[in-house]
Amino acid sequence: MNRLAEQLAANDMSEFGLHNNNDSAAIAGPSFQLAAGSNPAAFAHHFIDAKSEKDSLIKIAHGTTTLAFKFKDGVIVATDSRATAGNVIASQTVKKVIEINPYLLGTMAGGAADCSFWERVLGMECRLYELRNKKRISVAAASKMLANLVYRYKGMGLSMGTMVAGWDEKGPGLYYVDSEGQRIANDLFSVGSGSTYAYGILDSHYRYDMEVEEALDVARRAIYHATHRDAYSGGIVRMYWVRETGWEAFPLEDVGQLYYRYHPEIQLTNSAESPLTVAPLA
Amino acid sequence: MMDFAPMHSAPAEVPVEHHSHGGWDPYVDNGGTSLAIAGKDFVIVASDARQSDGYSINSRYDPKAFTLSNQTVLATTGYAADAKRLVEVLEQNAQTYFHKHEKQMSAPAMAQMLSNTLYYKRFFPYYVFPILCGLDKEGKGAVFAYDPVGNMERVVYQAYGSASALVQPFLDNQVAGANQRGHEGGLLDRETARKIAIDAFTGATERDIYTGDWLDIFVIDQTGIHREKRELKHD
Repeated sequence: MNRLAEQLAANDMSEFGLHNNNDSAAIAGPSFQLAAGSNPAAFAHHFIDAKSEKDSLIKIAHGTTTLAFKFKDGVIVATDSRATAGNVIASQTVKKVIEINPYLLGTMAGGAADCSFWERVLGMECRLYELRNKKRISVAAASKMLANLVYRYKGMGLSMGTMVAGWDEKGPGLYYVDSEGQRIANDLFSVGSGSTYAYGILDSHYRYDMEVEEALDVARRAIYHATHRDAYSGGIVRMYWVRETGWEAFPLEDVGQLYYRYHPEIQLTNSAESPLTVAPLA
Repeated sequence: MMDFAPMHSAPAEVPVEHHSHGGWDPYVDNGGTSLAIAGKDFVIVASDARQSDGYSINSRYDPKAFTLSNQTVLATTGYAADAKRLVEVLEQNAQTYFHKHEKQMSAPAMAQMLSNTLYYKRFFPYYVFPILCGLDKEGKGAVFAYDPVGNMERVVYQAYGSASALVQPFLDNQVAGANQRGHEGGLLDRETARKIAIDAFTGATERDIYTGDWLDIFVIDQTGIHREKRELKHD
């Protein structure tokens, strides 16, 4: 059985330039093209600064406010949707929740490509785990796999701050993993430049025994207030609920509309009678 | 032994041009602008053809949108040399896929492949901002926008390049109806989308020094890729 899985893995990966290490099939991973010279990592740092993006020639898209917390009925994951490249808003419609599989979610903060690429690799590894072991991977094991994958590139300039949320045999699972090699388990996290604002709301309103509606309200308020105070956060609020049957997504909410809900005392003083709205695209 | 005085005694410190870093600088921003607008059953792609290096114009017609063999168009901006290499790599992989599977690669499949191709050069990136355009399995217009290291998003419209900060808000307003009271939403029809693409470029040519000369327009639909070349101002 394992032979089949390994064959599949070898085939799938060779197709896209991924190579199985012959010495040890356990350490497999993608192979990267590097710049010529004695220190390709330093070279890469010079042009792409994924950490601060200041003055770098290649500005890469960045993620911003994300949060996740456990409560009595599972895990809530919520994010904003803004991506910035330098001081330009590159997108207001980013999906910062990555659906690894029907029971596992990852969030995106830091370099967007770093997060989406490695969590896609993680999705592949989790599927191979299922084929090999005939059972779903635990959140602990999945998050550790991600931590180990990126740890191999420590110091090379990867930028990833992610929360892995899911449901396994032990119940709800929630871990924080980053490109520096950190991996922490806890009931509540917020990651990104807007996280301090989100924590302000979460710490004052979070309770473990909340009902789902209340939990969603806290998450929505936390993201909203982060988008309000943090210029690098904005767009729409995206929320997920992970429970025993897997994750489910909730309708997107434009923070432009939430402004009028959370600040009812604010009246438009210009001639407008109603807030401006963005018509959704088909 | 004799002591020789230096023949040309120089001032204590000769001014030397210091570069910000020693050695190798492999990237140039060649300017220019690309955009794409998706419709119900088509995509409009438009790129200007001016190629610059600083204040010099290298070429007035060097196309930066490329048709690929699987009925997709890759519109680029950034470093022209990297863009050309990227198109070669993509086209080779598309050909390999075609002969291996005896069918053309779908646009979404190529979109994911492009993301991986960019990420495999994460530590020595292609300095390219690609927009991949085609039709998806249902025949709907599909536009995929990327950052240089492979972050991918499927969008309805996208503008990249030296005039992107001018063109993208224009498209937000004219394509998505952003900040328009009572806008009904929905996708544009083909002729409206084409006119908006042209207007975006005539406007960008007026205000962006790196955009101008010629405009390549592609319409991708069920019947194939239709190409049109229009003149922009040359100043």
